[in-house]
Amino acid sequence: MALPPALEAVELVKTYPADRKQPPLRALDGLSFTVPEGVVLGLLGPNGAGKSTTVKILTTLSRADSGTARVAGLDVGKQQEEVRHAIGYVPQKSSSDPMATGIENLVLSGRIYGLSRQESVRRAAELLERFDLTEAGARQVRTYSGGMQRKLDVALGLVHRPRVLFLDEPTTGLDPEARADLWTEVERLSGAEGLTVLLTTHYLEEADRLAGQLAIVDHGKIVAEGTPEALKAELRGDSVQVELVDPDTDGDVRRLLTALPGVGEVVVDGNTLRARVDRGATAVPAVLGALEEKAIPVTAVTVSRPSLDDVYLQYTGRSFKSAEKDEERAA
Amino acid sequence: MSTLTAERVAHRMVRRGGFLSHTGFITGRWLRAQYRSPALIAFTLVQPAIWLLLFGQLFKGVVALPGFSDTSYIAFLTPGIVMMTALMTSGWSGTTFIDDMERGVMDRMLTSPVRRGALMAGQLISNGTTTMIQTVLVFAIGFAAGARYDGGVLGYVITIVASMLVGTAFGSLSNAIALLTRRQEALIGISQFVSLPLTFMSSIMLDPKLAPDWVGVAARFNPVDWAAITARQALSANPDWTSIARHGSYLLAFTLLVAYLSTRAFRTYQRSV
Repeated sequence: MALPPALEAVELVKTYPADRKQPPLRALDGLSFTVPEGVVLGLLGPNGAGKSTTVKILTTLSRADSGTARVAGLDVGKQQEEVRHAIGYVPQKSSSDPMATGIENLVLSGRIYGLSRQESVRRAAELLERFDLTEAGARQVRTYSGGMQRKLDVALGLVHRPRVLFLDEPTTGLDPEARADLWTEVERLSGAEGLTVLLTTHYLEEADRLAGQLAIVDHGKIVAEGTPEALKAELRGDSVQVELVDPDTDGDVRRLLTALPGVGEVVVDGNTLRARVDRGATAVPAVLGALEEKAIPVTAVTVSRPSLDDVYLQYTGRSFKSAEKDEERAA
Repeated sequence: MSTLTAERVAHRMVRRGGFLSHTGFITGRWLRAQYRSPALIAFTLVQPAIWLLLFGQLFKGVVALPGFSDTSYIAFLTPGIVMMTALMTSGWSGTTFIDDMERGVMDRMLTSPVRRGALMAGQLISNGTTTMIQTVLVFAIGFAAGARYDGGVLGYVITIVASMLVGTAFGSLSNAIALLTRRQEALIGISQFVSLPLTFMSSIMLDPKLAPDWVGVAARFNPVDWAAITARQALSANPDWTSIARHGSYLLAFTLLVAYLSTRAFRTYQRSV
């Protein structure tokens, strides 16, 4: 018997109504994906792309206007109660009660999910141990550092041994050390324990490291899907990045480079031009020669293998950084 | 297939973890938080102390006006200030919900199997215990200022219950506004806007017989006034039990209705996230 996928979203649509400050917002516009059991799916996209909305619908917090979604084989619209028992949700913002201790937070959560008092206490101790919080367990959460709070948040999502864990931007705002810590933990959850994880992130590096399967979200739709390696492999050739002394305001440099043989799309971002080329080794001399001929001063030229940033660029037509800026301006 | 069925059964059994036990857990959370910051209750007593001590002195003479139904103004004023304190303090109740929303606590709770009614009831029970403590303390201040009552223990008990109903009704209203507006400033604005007229269009400070007619009419529909009347009657030497039963049951019905409607506000909140 084939196992049902751990997560399945079909044509999800969600529109937030207009209010005084904002026009109506179509957050999801027919978003679909499937995740097999035991896989970490990374939803990658800039702020406002629809990642959090997707998570809210799959966790029963919000409802889709149309489309269906199943979590662990259960319909999120019709079997809310069962879905809630099957999932753990770690929201973007810290989800612990600052006035309670770590232990109290975990025990309350265990009790809500139907564990007995003793079971809840035992499970709390187990999770504190695992996240290296045992010493802080009896302290109020408001005394915790950001990294400790985040670890407690993940622990709170695991109290009832869910089958699917949702991590909404788990490392935003963490320092590099705490981030690395959490990455190790997520790898352990999906690896040894076979938990299915849906992770939203706007860090390319995080998606590259953690996600077994990646979905790029843009304007409420999945624009590309696959393993990070497959997505990168689909992009043939290399990426050449040219940094100019003066910005290419009138597009002359862009036109110049695009006209060269073996050079694909060129994207301008301030002083930086990024070009997709068939072969880095032959393209660089040609690019430099063309620039020198026109006496255009250059600060640096780099060649790299395709990164997820290039994948993003390829599918959305914007570099990841500029997409972030756009969305921030809109928000 | 049998494991699937077993799982279904397990889900059902877990689901029985119902309203009462969940209410217990949530109440525990809020009582603990309250117990950890006892100074907050002291803060909320500053205002009633000023009202009782200052206005008790200032308006001492109003009892001499023809038609005033009491002989000691401080004895008249104290039950009114009890209700006013319950009203004003409970207006802040929803700020706990907003704190939860500003963190991810509310969203985590709402994706858990916790009963929505329990999220509301647990917070209101904790709020009710604050009201109870305040009521006792306001009476202590009133007593120190010279208020005496003939109603006995039953009178005090009825007053405490009435104040807790006021606290619960307006606490759940405040929680509902919190869920609907999701903003601290909006909540505080609305709660001030509502509590001032409720205070003045009532018998809290003055016998409505001495006020313009329209105030008396407005007071008849004012739950805070129902509570003040219930309390004054219960505390008097010869309580009018019909009036107590009537105003008390209005108050109870109002409280239950508002608590029910407030729980529905969770749905509106979820629709907007």
